[in-house]
Amino acid sequence: MENHSLIQRLIARPEFGPFVLLIAEIAVFWGFNHDFLSPQNISNTLAFTVELGLIALAMTLLMTSGEFDLSVGSLFGFSPVLMWTLFNAGVTSLEMGFVVALVVAALIGLVNGWFVTRLKIPSFLVTLGMLLVVRGSALFITDGFPQRTWSAEGSWLAEALVGDFFIGPFRIYMSLFWFIAAAIALGYVLTQSRTGNWIQAAGGNPNAARARGVNVNRVKVGLFVLSSLMASLAGVISSLRTSAANPNSGSGYELEVIAMVVIGGTALTGGRGTIIGTVLGILILRVMRNGIVLIGVPGLAYNIFIGAIILGMMALHSWLERRHQAGT
Amino acid sequence: MAEPLIRMQNIRKSYGRVQALVDANFHVNEREIVGLLGDNGAGKSTLIKVLSGAVPLTSGDIFIRGKKVTLRSTSDAIAHGIETIYQDSALVTQLSIARNLFLGREPIKPPRFLNRMDQEAMNTVARDLLKQVGISKNIPPTTPIGSLSGGERQAVAIARAMHFDSDLIILDEPTNNLGVAETQGVLSFVRNARDSGHSCIFIAHNIHHVFQVVDRIVVMRRGKVVADDIDPKTTTVTEVERIITGMSEKDIRDALADGKPGH
Repeated sequence: MENHSLIQRLIARPEFGPFVLLIAEIAVFWGFNHDFLSPQNISNTLAFTVELGLIALAMTLLMTSGEFDLSVGSLFGFSPVLMWTLFNAGVTSLEMGFVVALVVAALIGLVNGWFVTRLKIPSFLVTLGMLLVVRGSALFITDGFPQRTWSAEGSWLAEALVGDFFIGPFRIYMSLFWFIAAAIALGYVLTQSRTGNWIQAAGGNPNAARARGVNVNRVKVGLFVLSSLMASLAGVISSLRTSAANPNSGSGYELEVIAMVVIGGTALTGGRGTIIGTVLGILILRVMRNGIVLIGVPGLAYNIFIGAIILGMMALHSWLERRHQAGT
Repeated sequence: MAEPLIRMQNIRKSYGRVQALVDANFHVNEREIVGLLGDNGAGKSTLIKVLSGAVPLTSGDIFIRGKKVTLRSTSDAIAHGIETIYQDSALVTQLSIARNLFLGREPIKPPRFLNRMDQEAMNTVARDLLKQVGISKNIPPTTPIGSLSGGERQAVAIARAMHFDSDLIILDEPTNNLGVAETQGVLSFVRNARDSGHSCIFIAHNIHHVFQVVDRIVVMRRGKVVADDIDPKTTTVTEVERIITGMSEKDIRDALADGKPGH
C-alpha cells in the first residue's frame, strides 16, 4: 500500500511527464541509431546543453515570479563581444573584461527590473525593447563582424569556465560543473529557502505577498539581474569554448529557453516552478535537436518537432493541473 | 468607559469631488465582533480600506488603545495588529497552507546565512492552528490552498491572523459564495477568534449571517455612521434594514406598493 501511494505521488509530480518524454526520446533515437549513446555524441550534446541550460535555470526562477526575459539571447551575444573588444583593444585583461561584461549585464537586468516593477510595463515589452538595444549595441560595437578570440589559451578564466578533461571516454567541460552547481543552488533557493517562498508568492498572488510584507519588487528585480548575469556567463562560456564571439550569436535563444522551462512544468503565468523539470526540459530539447539530425531528419524540420513537443507538454500540464485542482 | 481597541474619529475621505466618508466615527472594543452594514456606496469598504492601510485618509484620526497611529500601508496596519481578510485574495493558491501561514515571516533554520525555512516547525504550528480554528477534517498542512474550499481558505486566513496576534481581524464578505454548512463553519471560526481574545469587524451582505455572530451592529449611510450601537439581540432584521436604507416604515410600504424605491 505504501509503495502504491509512493508511485502515485511520483506520477502526480509535474516533473513526471517530462521525465517519461525524455526517456522515450532517448530510447527512440537509440533504437534508430546506436551512435546516439556513444561517448562522443553525449559529450558533444552536453557541451552546448549546459550553456543554454544556465540561462534556463535563471529563467525558471524569473518565470515562477511571474515575469520573463526576452533579452537573454542578445546578452548571450553581447557579453562575449564586450569582453573580447575590451581585451583586444588592450583596455583590460581578459579577466577584467569578463568582470566588466558581468557588471554591464547586471545593470541591464536592473534596468529591465526597474521598468517592469516601477513603471509597471509588462516584461514582454520591456525585455523585447532591451533585446533590440543590446543586440543593436553588439552589432554596432563590432560593425557586425565576429571578434578575434584566439588568445584565450592558457588564461585561468578559460580554464575555470571551459577547461576540458576526460572521464573515461567522455570529454567533460568545466561548464558542466558550473551548470550542476547552479542547478543545485537555484533548486535549493526555490524549494527550501525563504526567498523561494517569496518568489512563488510574487508570481502566484503578488497582492497577497505584498500584504504580508514581502517586497515583491525587490524579488523581481533581483531575478531580472540573475537572468542577465546567467545569460552573460553562458555567452562567455560558449565563446571561450568555440573560440568565437559573434555579435549575432544567441539569436532566438530566448524562445528556446522559455520553451525548456515551460516543458519542464513551470507555469508561464507564475506561481509554480521546478528546477528539476527545467533540467529535464533542457535535455528534452537538446536531445531532440541532436537526435533528429543523427537519425537523418533534415535539421530544418527541427522546429516542427520542438513545436509539437511544446504543444503536447502544455496539454499534459494543463490536464494534470485540472486534475490537481479537482483534488483527485 | 475604557478606551476602545480601535477608535476612528471624524474620518473624511474624498476621491476628487466625491465624498466617500464624511466625518465618520467608528470604534471597536476589545474582544468584540462588530457587524458593519450599509448599502452599496454607503462607505463601508472605504472605511475598511482606510483602517487596513490600503487607502490614505483625507482627514481625521485613528487611535489604537488610545494612541494615535498613522497607517500608510497594509504592512503598517499589520504591524499595528490590524489584519484584513478579503475574499479569496489574501492567500497564494499555489503555496501550501503552512507556507501561506508564514508567508513573509518564515522561521529560519540555523545557520541563518543558508536562509533555509524550518518547514517542520511551520507544519507543526499549522497543524495546531487548523485544529484551533476549528477545521474538523484532517487536512495536512502541506496541502496547497488551491485545493481547499472557500470556507477552508477563510479558516486559514483567520488562523494566520490569530497566530500572529492580530488584535483586530477585518473580514470582508467572508461568507460570500459559501454553502450553508461552510458559512456556519466560518461563523464559528469567527466566534473562536473572539473567544481567544481577538476583535473582529464583520462585513456581509447577508444580514442574517451578521446577526448570528456579532455583538454589536454599526450602520453606515452616505459616508456617515448613522447608528453604532445596535444590539442584535434586541433588534429585528427589519428594523436594521430600515436604518440601512434610511426609509421610514411608511416609505417602505409606499415603495413596495409603487414597485420602486421611495424619495
